[in-house]
Amino acid sequence: MLTMLPQLIIGAADLAAAFLFLYGLQRMASPVTAPSGIFVAGLGMLVAILASFLYAFDVNEAARPYLLVNIALALVALAVGGGLAWWSGKKVAMTSMPQMVALYNGMGGGAAGAIAAVELFGGKANGATQLIVTLLGALIGAVSLSGSLIAWAKLDGILKQPLRIEGQQILNLAVMAATLAVGGYIVFVTLAGGVPVLAMPALIGLFFGLALVFGILMTLPIGGADMPVVISIYNAFTGLAVGLEGFVLQNPALMIAGMVVGAAGMLLTLLMAKAMNRSVGNVLFTNFGTVAKHKKSDMPGSLKPAEAGDAGIYMRYAKNVIIVPGYGLAVAQGQQKLYEFVKLLQSAGVAVKFAVHPVAGRMPGQMDVLLAEAGVPYDLIFQLEDINDDFASADVALVIGANDVVNPAARSDKASPLYGMPILNADKAKHVYVVKRGGGAGYAGVENALFYGDNCNMVYGDAQAVLVKMIEAVRGLGLSAAA
Amino acid sequence: MESQIEITGFVALYIFMLAAFAGWVIIGHVPAILHTPLMSGSNFVHGIVVVGGLFALLNASSTTEQAIGFFAVLLGAGNAAGGYAVTERMLAMFQTSGQQTRHAKPHHAKKA
Repeated sequence: MLTMLPQLIIGAADLAAAFLFLYGLQRMASPVTAPSGIFVAGLGMLVAILASFLYAFDVNEAARPYLLVNIALALVALAVGGGLAWWSGKKVAMTSMPQMVALYNGMGGGAAGAIAAVELFGGKANGATQLIVTLLGALIGAVSLSGSLIAWAKLDGILKQPLRIEGQQILNLAVMAATLAVGGYIVFVTLAGGVPVLAMPALIGLFFGLALVFGILMTLPIGGADMPVVISIYNAFTGLAVGLEGFVLQNPALMIAGMVVGAAGMLLTLLMAKAMNRSVGNVLFTNFGTVAKHKKSDMPGSLKPAEAGDAGIYMRYAKNVIIVPGYGLAVAQGQQKLYEFVKLLQSAGVAVKFAVHPVAGRMPGQMDVLLAEAGVPYDLIFQLEDINDDFASADVALVIGANDVVNPAARSDKASPLYGMPILNADKAKHVYVVKRGGGAGYAGVENALFYGDNCNMVYGDAQAVLVKMIEAVRGLGLSAAA
Repeated sequence: MESQIEITGFVALYIFMLAAFAGWVIIGHVPAILHTPLMSGSNFVHGIVVVGGLFALLNASSTTEQAIGFFAVLLGAGNAAGGYAVTERMLAMFQTSGQQTRHAKPHHAKKA
């Protein structure tokens, strides 16, 4: 039969795509093979998209008169959507990566929701299982769309404050219950027959509307520093929605790709939550800002300011230095200057390493990317568990724009909200310099005993400006140091 | 896709289970340093939804379905293309100290 060939090609292409996705992701296990990994996955995508035009040979009877228009629409949508996203993805700054990823997440969720909408409005989903799975995919996709858009607006600084209203949780719960009720009613009416209180399209519209509102309400109260968890969770949601719609369309490539991403997103969500010492539920359903702020507790010792230049020269004559970069460094756009300073130190024979905390940044691993962008080779960048024992033998720990992730209270003070959080043991170094904009507590509103330690000096100022002074001071020592 | 083998009930659950397990294991091996490109890369992978969008759009038989199908393909294509572009860019930045001659200067100059 002539119709069998396109089917076979589509099936083979989808199988190839699923394999290439898994193989590509697997190659991400090392920075050496990772670039080829994304290329392999991209190849899979291309094959699947090209093959899917063969659907045109086997469209249902009703769609046949529309076929040419539909193909034209598909080409336009691919060119416009793909072109715009490609262009924006090529020019977005690395610091804006979290909001970009949130945006792409929302797009994927929206696409999954839209596919479900076509199925639902067209009355194509038949049978209880298909209908329920379609609705579930629609719900998750719609929540992911509107939630990701809010996350994007927050990360992009369009929405500045987390919006919290009285009885937020009860409202969220009510909207969720209403969404499920409408969904349940759609299933009931479709299966049992009978005349619905509203016309079917209106019911479906209401279902989508409520799901979108829920996504907005759920994301609005979440603060900026919790965004790594939120982005990961919407990544998982979109994957899940895609997988479910893949079942509805009976497309195993969508099922596999979606579920792989769903599991990956879940894993990253749990890792992030653990690194922040919070449970996922705690991030989503409680308002961190309302946690009782510790009153200025009496810290033993005092804050000892130091000149940037003196700190720079001290590090020039140290044997080994560990640098702890935090989000404050990225805010000050100081990565390039930091690496310039590091190169100066290296040429003077100082061993320098970077220690990165999992939540340094607004999405998992963002600090690593920012350092890589500045040219820092990845073999100088170490993760928490790999470097924490090295602090004890380090001459200097240089903390730039980080606070809570080096707070020793997380180890010792059971009353602290940070207690139990994995931290970088910067306080164990022989000497600590903390570059900070000004006094004051970190995001969690907790005073940092590290700053008051006998071995610690504070260097106040904008990270980039401080680094420029450090570079000048070390260069001033003579040409031998400034090679 | 009607004439393909039907994936129903437990077969679907088997596929989901194996895929979730594969995803969990594969992603678990990715070092923390690559978590951002990993996330944008897996983000790219769920851009495969565009294929579902194409199926829905090509089978659309009313203006409403065409409009929503167009929307699905538009968003799905954006998801896939954007996810690929940022992941590729980020991964190109990771270099060892062995090849320090090519720094990220061009990237830096490009961003406005």
